Amino acid sequence: VSFRRLLPLLLLAPGCSGVQTPLAPIGDAAERIAGLTWLLFLGGTAIFLLVMGLLGWALFAPASLKGAFRSRGFVVGGGIVFPTVTLVLLLAHSLGVSRALVLPREERPLRVEVIARQYWWEVRYPDAGPEAVTANEIRLPVGREVELQLSSADVIHSLWIPNLHGKMDMIPGRVNLQRFTPTATGVLRGQCTEFCGLQHTFMAFWAVVQEPSEFEAWLARQQAPVAEPADARLAQGMRVFGEAGCGACHAVRGTSWQGRLAPDLSRVGSRLSLAAGALENHRGTLAGWIAGAQDIKPGNSMPAYGRSLGGDDLLALAAWLESLR
Amino acid sequence: MDDVAPRGAAATPNSLPRPPEELARLEEVWRMPRGIARITEYNNNLIGPLFVATALLFLLLAGVLGLIIRAQLAVPGLTIVDAGTYNQIFTMHGTVMMFLFAVPAVEAVAIALLPAMLGTRELPFPRLGAYAFLIYAMGGLLFYCSLFFDAAPDGGWFMYPPLTSKENSPGINTDMYLLGIGFIEISAIAGAIELIVGILRCRAPGMTLGRMPIFAWAMLVFAGMVVFAFPAVIVASTLLELERAFDWPFFLPERGGDPLLWQHLFWFFGHPEVYVIFLPAAGMVSMIVPAMARARLLAHSLVVMALVGTGFISFGLWVHHMYATGIPALSLAFFAAAGFAVSIPSGIQVFAWIGTFAAGKVQWKTPAFYILGFLFIFVLGGLTGVMVSVTPFDWQAHDTYFIVAHLHYVLIGGMVFPLLAALYYWAPALGTPLSERLGRLGFWLLFGGVNLTFFPMHISGMMGMPRRIYTYPSGLGLELWNMLSTAGAAVTALGFLVVLIDIALNFRPGGDQADPWGAGTLEWLDNGNYGPRSIVRVTDRYPLWSDPELKRQVEAGAHYLPMAATGRREALVTSPAEAIPQYVAVLPFPGWGHVVAAVGTCAFFFALTVPLVVEGAVSFLVALGGMIWWLWHGTDPGPMPTRTVDIGDGIRLPTHATGAVTTSWWAMVTLMLVQGAAFACLIVAWLYLWLVNGDAMWPPPEQGVPVVGLGLLALALYAAGAASIGGAAWLLGRASQALVVVALLLAMGCFAAGTAADGWALWSGGLRPTGHAYGAASFTIFAWQGTHVAIALLMAAYTVARALAGLLDGQRRLTMDNTMLFWLYTAGQGAFGLALLHGFPRLLA
Repeated sequence: VSFRRLLPLLLLAPGCSGVQTPLAPIGDAAERIAGLTWLLFLGGTAIFLLVMGLLGWALFAPASLKGAFRSRGFVVGGGIVFPTVTLVLLLAHSLGVSRALVLPREERPLRVEVIARQYWWEVRYPDAGPEAVTANEIRLPVGREVELQLSSADVIHSLWIPNLHGKMDMIPGRVNLQRFTPTATGVLRGQCTEFCGLQHTFMAFWAVVQEPSEFEAWLARQQAPVAEPADARLAQGMRVFGEAGCGACHAVRGTSWQGRLAPDLSRVGSRLSLAAGALENHRGTLAGWIAGAQDIKPGNSMPAYGRSLGGDDLLALAAWLESLR
Repeated sequence: MDDVAPRGAAATPNSLPRPPEELARLEEVWRMPRGIARITEYNNNLIGPLFVATALLFLLLAGVLGLIIRAQLAVPGLTIVDAGTYNQIFTMHGTVMMFLFAVPAVEAVAIALLPAMLGTRELPFPRLGAYAFLIYAMGGLLFYCSLFFDAAPDGGWFMYPPLTSKENSPGINTDMYLLGIGFIEISAIAGAIELIVGILRCRAPGMTLGRMPIFAWAMLVFAGMVVFAFPAVIVASTLLELERAFDWPFFLPERGGDPLLWQHLFWFFGHPEVYVIFLPAAGMVSMIVPAMARARLLAHSLVVMALVGTGFISFGLWVHHMYATGIPALSLAFFAAAGFAVSIPSGIQVFAWIGTFAAGKVQWKTPAFYILGFLFIFVLGGLTGVMVSVTPFDWQAHDTYFIVAHLHYVLIGGMVFPLLAALYYWAPALGTPLSERLGRLGFWLLFGGVNLTFFPMHISGMMGMPRRIYTYPSGLGLELWNMLSTAGAAVTALGFLVVLIDIALNFRPGGDQADPWGAGTLEWLDNGNYGPRSIVRVTDRYPLWSDPELKRQVEAGAHYLPMAATGRREALVTSPAEAIPQYVAVLPFPGWGHVVAAVGTCAFFFALTVPLVVEGAVSFLVALGGMIWWLWHGTDPGPMPTRTVDIGDGIRLPTHATGAVTTSWWAMVTLMLVQGAAFACLIVAWLYLWLVNGDAMWPPPEQGVPVVGLGLLALALYAAGAASIGGAAWLLGRASQALVVVALLLAMGCFAAGTAADGWALWSGGLRPTGHAYGAASFTIFAWQGTHVAIALLMAAYTVARALAGLLDGQRRLTMDNTMLFWLYTAGQGAFGLALLHGFPRLLA
């Protein structure tokens, strides 16, 4: 169990990306919790070794050397006094950490609304206006306090970006708030952590912490309307989108397609993943997803269009979606 | 020391030698029925081992599901089973382990061992114990088979709505959980009542509470916790089933419900459940450690206080599972403190065991190995338990594999290893001993396998792996840890295989019951079907250590009640604290009643699940018929021809008793505690929903408050019913049977009319169960009361039938007294419900 002391080394071993772990924090909240975590791990290891040492002594030491173990005082000291003192100190310390985590710092943090649905995330930036909508990706500027406003449209979900903060449940009928300040740029993975049904496994997303200027540019781009493509191939894709009825569920800004049942696709080409972290995002996976969404993520709300769309239309549609950056 | 025997009593309560026909008579009376009728036998010597074997079967069945999970997660991206099947498998793994293995297993060990440990021939309600076993075994197997029909629950073992609402889970999978598990909980509660009364009233004379073995203490706390915790999950299941079946909204926010209500109720059960599983195991450890170390348990009274203290504190911990639900961080501090506090009693026990080892000389045999393995795994799991009760850390660890690691460390360390220690330790008490060689091989495989499986999960959790995912991507650094866990699972499986082989090769029930350890407690006396040859006069916590002659005396019949005095099966009933002999309880002979009732109960609940209405109704009648038959024959047999018995030491006891001294009265009072706990849960749910909705929506504009005139009428009728039943009880033995029957019928009329007025007050006040949580919660309280009235009416009708059959009189009045207790409870509950539903909304206005 001294194994645990090796934990930091093991965790940072090659092959670990560290994009979804509380032990590589890049936010003030996660940093505080990580400090507490190491305290708990080291303290826990020490106590474990102490108790096992006492047990070993009780079993193997010569009788003359373990007289103190046979008294009621041994039980009172080890079982009552020692844990009481340790735990009172720990309680005081952890309350301090809790308190620091919930104290608001900025008067006007950047508000981000995240609405969970089986099995994807709608993300809105109300400070920037009603058009600032994306899905399955949260972008944040470094150094600015964020307030996540978390709700659910169907069942209970839970949002977890471990490198930034702990979990917060998303409960129908409630809005839960979570505040933190990212302290470095980076690309992080987040995931739903409350079992939410058949495809709970594939309800992930990427959280991107950027320089403020990059973030502002990205946010402006999200709100810009999508223009008619000049390229004939892309125009074919856009036409297929309309004919296949995609706009009933999906929205594309600047068009008549304003569905809200499924992810907003206005800038889908710029996202880091498809289908809430299930796939990489490029033309090939876009076409594959549209054709076989029920094979890739069975039970999600996206129908499979592999039968109803021809190969050429499918590829044109994928190309157009990929161009929405 | 000896406070049982009168001064100047003989060295032993009865003189030797005993008449030769005495033992033959005892054997004759306790002989098990042969052939098919064997299943009507309730004797703990038969039911106990069967119960343990059934629990172990479910351990294997659920363990196989765990192996499928580990196979699927061995490497990223595997789909050995599809998502839907995987969700059913992990839900069933948890559900079966918790409800069909862990709780029944400790109850099973108690049924198998406690009678011998307490020195009694039998627990007071053996047919109830057998009924609890039968519905558990049959219902559990049926429930497990739902996996093969794609009908197994798939919402995780804590089944959070609204994922489990009708809209999001339309199949019968969820109903299978709510009804299947709901009624298996009834089995646990029946067992708990049996244990509470048995432990408090059936101890050998002189076994004061201070001399009672720790395992009995642990089971007493266990049973008390079951009585108060399990009603919460039964209420939660009932509410969700009402929502699913009849559209009564409790958990749907758009109609005034709240998903968190489920979590509060579920975890008010679910957290004590952990200690319900652990405390009996700790009790076993406190029995095994002194025997293996050949030293008395250090700080015995502190260990008892630790058990009781854990029982209380564990009811303050339920919010531990809800840290991430958005409850304000500083109010979570209270629960964090309670979480820390509960580790102190565990610390006391751990140090008491270490100290006991230090005081003695350890016998290095398989049970000792399992105890040491338990200490290693449990202490580690306990420390991670302290970690996850630290709120900010839990926000990161919650619902990840770190939690999976923690809970397996505490449950396997805290329960499975002690159970295996118990298996190896007590096998010789129940039959033939197991093999030392295979025992150690199994131990090392299990110890290595369990640590290899679950230790890496701490790391995969900290590397970001959430629980309940059917696969995971590569590149997050999870591959190595998952591969190690899967390898560990294979080793663990091998370990269980070795244990099974050992049992199959070496264990034979009966056997010569030798004691290889030189233990000090009463279960090591020779036991026949009749229990001990004579009932021990206890003068010490470790009677076999303090008096080397005791074993020979008891087995020769020199202690109390060495005969079948009334020619029936008997148990000695003693006082709860001092264990002073009070009366000789006459037990029924085996019969078919409880067997028929068990089959009917199972069929009824599974017919409801499908649902099959006609079959359900028929099964209900079969179950009811079985129960009435069971009660009619053998319960309250009345005064025996042999009015009194000299049990030894010149103590002459009656063979019949009435009133508050009877075990039956105690059981009824315990049952009322269960009912009261469930009713309290309903009241709390009603008030919680008011808090969520606010005064303005309670009642919502489209509904009203119950009509007060009808409410007062209902109150008056409940009071009149209670007075009439009291009158009937008073008249019994004082006036003619006809008057008693008239009073009973009058009481029945009052209760029936009162319930009608109660319900009509709600309906005519504009309340509707389907529109809003207000109506749903109010009608649930009424429906609960209505169900009680229906049962009360049935009990009164049964009492009338007993009176008309000439089986009820001033002496033989147990049926009357118990019916009256239930009626008084029902009237009080009705009055409380009326006050809440009529008074509270008016106070708000």
